[in-house]
Amino acid sequence: MRSKTRSAALAVLCASVLTFAACGSDDSSKESGGDTTITWWHNSNNEPGMGYYEQVAKDYEADHPGVKIEISAMAHEDMVDKLDAAFQSGDIPDIYMERGGGELADHVEAGMVKDISDSASEEIDKIGGSVGGWQIDGKTYALPFSLGVVGLWYNTDLFEQAGITAPPTTMAEWSDDIAKLKDAGITPISVGAGDKWPAAHYWYYTALRSCPEDVLTDAVTSLDFSDPCFVKAGEVVEDLLGTDPFNKGFLTTKAQEGATSASGLLATGKVAMEMQGHWEPGVMQGLTDDGKGLGDKTGWFPFPAVEDGQGDPADALGGGDAWAVSEEAPDEAVDFVKYLLSDEVQQGFAENDMGLPTNPAANDSVSDPALAGVLKARDDAPYVQLYFDTAFGASVGGAMNDEIALLFAGEASPQDVVDATQQAADAEQ
Amino acid sequence: MTDQGVATSTASAPLGEATRRHQRRVAPRPVGAGWRQRLEIAFFVTPALALMAIFVVWPVVSAVRMSFYRWKGFGPMDDFIGIDNYRYVLTDEVFTGAVTHNFIIVFASILIQLPLGLAVALLLDRKIRGRGALRTIVFVPYVLAEVIAGVVWYQLLQPESGVIDGLIRAVGLTPPDQGFLGTPDLALATVFVVLTWKYLGLAILLFLAGLQGVPTDLYEAAQLDGASWWQVQRRIAIPLLGPTIRTWCFLSMIGSLQLFDMVWILTGGGPANATTTMATYLVNQGTGRHNYGIAGAASVILFAIGFVMALVYQVFVLRRDTAAER
Repeated sequence: MRSKTRSAALAVLCASVLTFAACGSDDSSKESGGDTTITWWHNSNNEPGMGYYEQVAKDYEADHPGVKIEISAMAHEDMVDKLDAAFQSGDIPDIYMERGGGELADHVEAGMVKDISDSASEEIDKIGGSVGGWQIDGKTYALPFSLGVVGLWYNTDLFEQAGITAPPTTMAEWSDDIAKLKDAGITPISVGAGDKWPAAHYWYYTALRSCPEDVLTDAVTSLDFSDPCFVKAGEVVEDLLGTDPFNKGFLTTKAQEGATSASGLLATGKVAMEMQGHWEPGVMQGLTDDGKGLGDKTGWFPFPAVEDGQGDPADALGGGDAWAVSEEAPDEAVDFVKYLLSDEVQQGFAENDMGLPTNPAANDSVSDPALAGVLKARDDAPYVQLYFDTAFGASVGGAMNDEIALLFAGEASPQDVVDATQQAADAEQ
Repeated sequence: MTDQGVATSTASAPLGEATRRHQRRVAPRPVGAGWRQRLEIAFFVTPALALMAIFVVWPVVSAVRMSFYRWKGFGPMDDFIGIDNYRYVLTDEVFTGAVTHNFIIVFASILIQLPLGLAVALLLDRKIRGRGALRTIVFVPYVLAEVIAGVVWYQLLQPESGVIDGLIRAVGLTPPDQGFLGTPDLALATVFVVLTWKYLGLAILLFLAGLQGVPTDLYEAAQLDGASWWQVQRRIAIPLLGPTIRTWCFLSMIGSLQLFDMVWILTGGGPANATTTMATYLVNQGTGRHNYGIAGAASVILFAIGFVMALVYQVFVLRRDTAAER
């Protein structure tokens, strides 16, 4: 009887441990009886994107009997959190999104991402230079499916009201336009500095305009920020802040949540401009009752040139999303990723305005005129700088963004931004 | 039968004696009863202990372990750096600022919410019309989920478009240019006002419950002696509320040290780090910057500060109450 009770107690212990600890049992890439299941996480959790991806998976399953694709469509932030947890536990989905830069480098170093240089060589050739952001030491670890650049989205009606005939091309012109908008009683720009990265993008862009390309490419590997152009970048931002162009309370404004966020203010006609990535029209659509965002009042222009800057004014700041395959995933997962980059799927992706396709065969499928403008700016850019926070990784990028937010609050100098970034970079080495 | 059981289960005679003497005091039990009882205890306690181990002990142990390594959140944890993370946290201005903010909230809560809560509780303890409704209204903010309350206040406090700025302008005053939450000098005070609105209800509820425990004959006796309402409250009600007040202070202190949700929603620790708390700092370092070692060190320091303060409070303040009970 003693042993019976003891084993019962043991059973209860095991049961409670199992219930709470073993929920995450590895159900990916089961291979029983020739059946392969591929898990795929993506962030297109709205229509039409969600339905489109379901259809893509179904089409693939129909052509490849025995392969089952298990999709998890999540909101972007949820996906990022779940991916962090997945990397901690080592239970990574077979196909997931990589944003490149320092983050990818860390994942590769930990041996979690499959090298697809050979198995997807055809697609890599087709995508061309854009794949560079996902290559480490000449090896490719993910295929970018959308690559966009950041620029200024504006309300063409409000520009007209303020008497602005053409978008500005230099900082001086921009400053004049800001003054014109203010004279017309219009708040010129909204920025979600509460989320930090939207504010940081201003510094990234002024750095891109101020620094020669080789200084920036060197900085990514050497983590050396001693070139004076980085301080100049901060000074240009300070000059812009001096014109008081931003919405009231921008220090705690959120980027894209609700009508009072930076994107919401632009979408509802409360401000004239906002600097954001190619996703902005989609975000604005979600923030307006009629689901149209700014509609045909949407305009876009690239970040203006900085006086005496050493960067090419056609260079762009941007980034993208790529499909990566985890190290443990079955070969079919690589094959499916190749299918996702095919002409057919990328064309559908573009037609549904889900992003800016990387497969050149899909370029003509981008119907939205504003997005087509962004696509042209991207393809014409001699150099596309990956967002610095992504390029340098979370630790250095986070320190950088926090200090830029302080610069926006007037609590840090241009030199402080460089020092804080350098300090975080030194701690990394 | 009892003797036999004891004899077979104990090896030495003196110990057997002791057991027998002990068993004589309690009721004699059949053979194996001790074992059965132990198994029963094990049976019922194991699930709870297992949960404790998984969700409390293990996370604490891993946070301590993490705090000695440089670790990005995945891969092997093998870059041991000793106390460097602690050095970083303790010399980081943002963290020392966060500790200051936490302590400002701790003391402001006690200095402002205590008298306010006490006053409202004493008023609501009187027989006034609509007492039930008033009590409910006062308590509603506490029942509201913190996130929902935070989002509502975030919208109310929006500069220009927000209701509060509108009200201030309607009475002819000028609200702060960047809004209450967007101005570094005002942000912490604004967060504290929202916290007071949210948690005053709990203080009032506890104090009202405490007042129920004051025997009514004491009031009657005082009234017969000609004491005024104010004298009755000051000499009888408040002193007898002592244990309740001290318990509330303890809860308030711990809550203020762990403050996270409301700050995260209203300001995210900004503007210009004006409202960071230890908890927002460690979340920013951990999930934000992937500096899990630094976040681990910050969490250990937060735990240590909370633990020491709780202990000191226990020894110097609460002991009086527990001693009185014995």
